[in-house]
Amino acid sequence: MTRHQSDMTAIVQFENVGLRYGLDSETLSDVSFSLAAGGFYFLTGASGAGKTSLLKLLYLAQRPSRGVIRLFGEDVVTLPRTRLPGFRRRIGVVFQDFRLVPHLSAYDNIALPLRVAGMEEKEIDAPVAEMLSWVGLGDRGQARPATLSGGEQQRVAIARAVIGRPEILVADEPTGNVDADMARRLLTLFEALNRLGTTIVVATHDLPLMSQVTGAQMMRLDKGRLADPTGSLRYPARSRQAE
Amino acid sequence: MSSSRASRRASAAARHRLLPGGRLAGPMPWIIAIMMFLTVLSAAAGLALGAAVQAMSADLAGRASVQVVEADAAVRDQLAARTLQALRQASEVRAATPVDPAALADQLRPWLGEDAASADLPVPALIDVTLTPGVAQAKVDRLRRLLGTLSPSLRIEPHAAFLLPLAGLLTALGWLAVGVVVLMTVATGAVVVLAARAAHDSHRGTIDVLHLMGSTDVQIARLFQWRIGLDALLGGVLGFAFAVATLLVIGLRLDATGSDLLGAVALDGTGWALLALLPVAGVLLAVLTARWTVLRALGRAL
Repeated sequence: MTRHQSDMTAIVQFENVGLRYGLDSETLSDVSFSLAAGGFYFLTGASGAGKTSLLKLLYLAQRPSRGVIRLFGEDVVTLPRTRLPGFRRRIGVVFQDFRLVPHLSAYDNIALPLRVAGMEEKEIDAPVAEMLSWVGLGDRGQARPATLSGGEQQRVAIARAVIGRPEILVADEPTGNVDADMARRLLTLFEALNRLGTTIVVATHDLPLMSQVTGAQMMRLDKGRLADPTGSLRYPARSRQAE
Repeated sequence: MSSSRASRRASAAARHRLLPGGRLAGPMPWIIAIMMFLTVLSAAAGLALGAAVQAMSADLAGRASVQVVEADAAVRDQLAARTLQALRQASEVRAATPVDPAALADQLRPWLGEDAASADLPVPALIDVTLTPGVAQAKVDRLRRLLGTLSPSLRIEPHAAFLLPLAGLLTALGWLAVGVVVLMTVATGAVVVLAARAAHDSHRGTIDVLHLMGSTDVQIARLFQWRIGLDALLGGVLGFAFAVATLLVIGLRLDATGSDLLGAVALDGTGWALLALLPVAGVLLAVLTARWTVLRALGRAL
């Protein structure tokens, strides 16, 4: 059972999505699922199963080779690229390799989404300071990524992903570089965000981590195909109504 | 008001931090400085030569010399007097002034020595004619016919004809300077395209992150155009300053020659104002070219 059962709107819909890089065989094949707004989802699968590719489609870094993807009720496959920024601002991403801007301080990295959204500089300070303290880096605001540990960089990446209060948060292996304690804390952050209504999609191998989130659903990718053990992902609204 | 200014300043500082690189740190400002230096010199040459040709044309177009070619001095003086009278009565002539034989002898002395003042040397008498406004060539033709009725020994030469080849040369040099300005503009544009592409490539990681956070192409292009615009401004001002200093030195040298002809090669207020616009035009060119280049590059990504 997922959280926010009252909100059954599908925020993400994939229909027969396929993704092929160049002339290679399909990395993703016939992927179909829907994610309910306010849900908490884990995406798992072996290395090379296509998790990162699926997430790329989700955060609009890639267009599929075929199929339909609907985000927030709109088909984003045929969307003109000039409209993509508006959609991207509604999605927070924690990249597997963090992708922090190396010459910017932790503070500036976290402030980026707010500046991109055109927020006034005087309105930026408070939320960034709050976010730095939230991820336990209140005294490292001026540190450059190179001077931060892997775990600290990851927390900056997470803070950057969530500061804009995205409607969807996509995280690719967000606990890969942190110890168990920090992993638990990050998960608590995600759960807090989820309680605020953000749909969370986390790609991970970490089974114990997944078991800590009650009510979260799991999607498993196997060789580019979605293996849906419960069937509840394919038609979540209907399946929940049936529950 | 001051807080919004502080906020704008903070936003600008944040934008600068996104694309690092100190001013005058890369080759771009220096290349722009050299381009601007050469462009200003070429433009100055074009403007000054154009002004010289115009001044020369205005000065010479309405003037002619009448020569009284007569070996016998007495007959020559008599004919010169009659010609002067006839010219002053002609409707095409605004003024007719005989050239002082002593002044003429002074001008011939460097070539003929002291014999130039000798009465035995049959030097033609000269009358300077200033024509009334209008088409000079038609008036000269009518005067030639008039003088023909007075004596076959009278010749009229429009001054413009003497300096026509020189005016042609100056005009050609002026156009050459314009061509150089155009080429320098194209070269500056090409340099900016290369610089913008290089900057785009070296900041691709940052651009990808910005894109994925929802930055629009225009927002990203603005970062580059500001940076390249600042580089162009610095380079442009530097190049312009050196060019002006060079022009002032050349101007002093031209004045020192004391030549009326070279003295005509000068810049007036409008010329200086046009030159002052070149750095501004350079910055605009750089900004627009950078914007176009980056937008094109971004358009190829998702």
